[in-house]
Amino acid sequence: MNARGTARGLSLHAVVWLIAAFVVVPLVYAVISGFKSTGELTTNPFGLPEQWKAGNYTGILGDVTFWRQMANSAGIAIATTFCTVAAAAMAAFVLARYAFRGRELFYTLFTIGLMFPFAVAVLPLFLMLRTFGLLDNPLGVILPQAAFGLPMTIVILRGFFRTVPAEIEEAATMDGCGTFRFFWKILLPMARPALGTVSVLSVVASWNNFFLPLLVFNDPKWQTIPVGVQQFQGQYSTDYALVLAYIVLAMVPALAFYAVAERQLIGGLTAGATKG
Amino acid sequence: MRGWGEWASVAWFLVPALVLFLVFVLAPIVVAVFTGFFKWGGIGPLDDFVGFANYTKLFDDRVFLGDLGRGLYLIVLSITVQLPFALFTAVLLNQRLRGRAVYRMLFFAPYILSEVVTAVLFTMIFLPGAGMADHLVGLLGLEGLQGKWLADPSTVMPTLFVVMIWKYFGFHMMLFLAGLQGIPAEILEAASIDGAGAWQRFRHVTLPLLGPTIRISVFLSIIGSIQLFDLVWVMTAGGPNHSSETMAIAMFQFGFKRYQVGYASAISVVLFMISLVFSLFYQRYVLRRDLNGAVTAGGGR
Repeated sequence: MNARGTARGLSLHAVVWLIAAFVVVPLVYAVISGFKSTGELTTNPFGLPEQWKAGNYTGILGDVTFWRQMANSAGIAIATTFCTVAAAAMAAFVLARYAFRGRELFYTLFTIGLMFPFAVAVLPLFLMLRTFGLLDNPLGVILPQAAFGLPMTIVILRGFFRTVPAEIEEAATMDGCGTFRFFWKILLPMARPALGTVSVLSVVASWNNFFLPLLVFNDPKWQTIPVGVQQFQGQYSTDYALVLAYIVLAMVPALAFYAVAERQLIGGLTAGATKG
Repeated sequence: MRGWGEWASVAWFLVPALVLFLVFVLAPIVVAVFTGFFKWGGIGPLDDFVGFANYTKLFDDRVFLGDLGRGLYLIVLSITVQLPFALFTAVLLNQRLRGRAVYRMLFFAPYILSEVVTAVLFTMIFLPGAGMADHLVGLLGLEGLQGKWLADPSTVMPTLFVVMIWKYFGFHMMLFLAGLQGIPAEILEAASIDGAGAWQRFRHVTLPLLGPTIRISVFLSIIGSIQLFDLVWVMTAGGPNHSSETMAIAMFQFGFKRYQVGYASAISVVLFMISLVFSLFYQRYVLRRDLNGAVTAGGGR
């Protein structure tokens, strides 16, 4: 057992290490390359920098545009999440706890949105936003993102709301609690973990969205980080080390958020995928 | 039956979500179907009605048929390569292994990076001459690959697929891990006692019990491959010479670069029909048995 077990353990570790290298090497390469000059990327691709130059990083961190894009991304993510979760929680509440004619029809309508590629809607959406005068307006990104976030959010929240025992609702009604008060005072506080999960999913989706902000924001004033990354690459296309430094800095908030909210994120994704 | 007050409050709760959904999710489809029947540059009145001409033109277009083929290529690869790889990784991390939690978190990390950041990162890695990939194959003595990657029609799709695996396999691994945790240990123990080896246990116990998770993973892979846009757009914009063009890229090219909005709308509609028909078919015939048997407890507990 022991000799064989050790050998097996070693080979198991070797395989896991190999997969880990596949994931990590590109990321580490980017971080280290950011400390090099572009010339050194060719002469010394894998080694540590001969001199650690922080200039690429500090230059970007001293740039107003970078911080403005971060702030835009954050603001749009928060506003999107608020709209998605508020509208979805209200809808999920009646879809979970009320028997009314057409309930299944409404629920099915929302779930159809789950299999709806965003790419399908983006061109007509752009035409509509142009007609509404919402181009170069953050609402032109926030409202469609919220709408596309509804199906998944409603599915997850409805599943959670259904687990709240009917006795609690009956007791609240006996105490003279109306529909809205029950929802606001009792159900939502009970649903805090589920609300946390869907909020995290919504923030990540909004933070990473590229297609819509790319089309809606012509004015650099509103541009978000993903659009900024693409523009920066176009602008400094030959200064490779600087571009790599920029994407490393663009990754930091997402990875930090992931480190904090890992459980909600993974729980939400697996729940959403299997209950859809 | 409930009174009017009750109905009013139900309606009141449904309205915000319904309005958002109708205006921004369903209405665009109607708009796409409508504009798909016109020859239109995107500006001015819709007055050149052409019926199904955009569609007949589409299916006569060799490049567009190629787009469909490339979509299929990505689907086949993600089911035959990415899915087994993700399942293998999940089974690996389901063993007693020191640092298991760290590996799990690490393998999932690429999934939360934005597609654009991922695309720019790998554009840099695959740069002809200066990128890491060229130096790496140089060390391995495979100079034949140098300078190709995203720049050569024969290698661009496999290269994109490697990036896709890098970004998405962790997500599928997480699904499988959740599924594996739902398999009772007693069943596996019973199989051991009956003399089943590790492979037999996997083949006859684990794999069948993972059926629902595998079916979901296949579904998400297919939908994801159909609508892949950001990664490809930033890395190759469909080039060189259409060799990495997908349907979503073609739609974007015609709609926003070449101002053939009617034609691009027709592409949107085809993309929509394919997704819809596939989803309905898949849910009806493949997921039917699983709908009430959720694989995970979910909710991040």
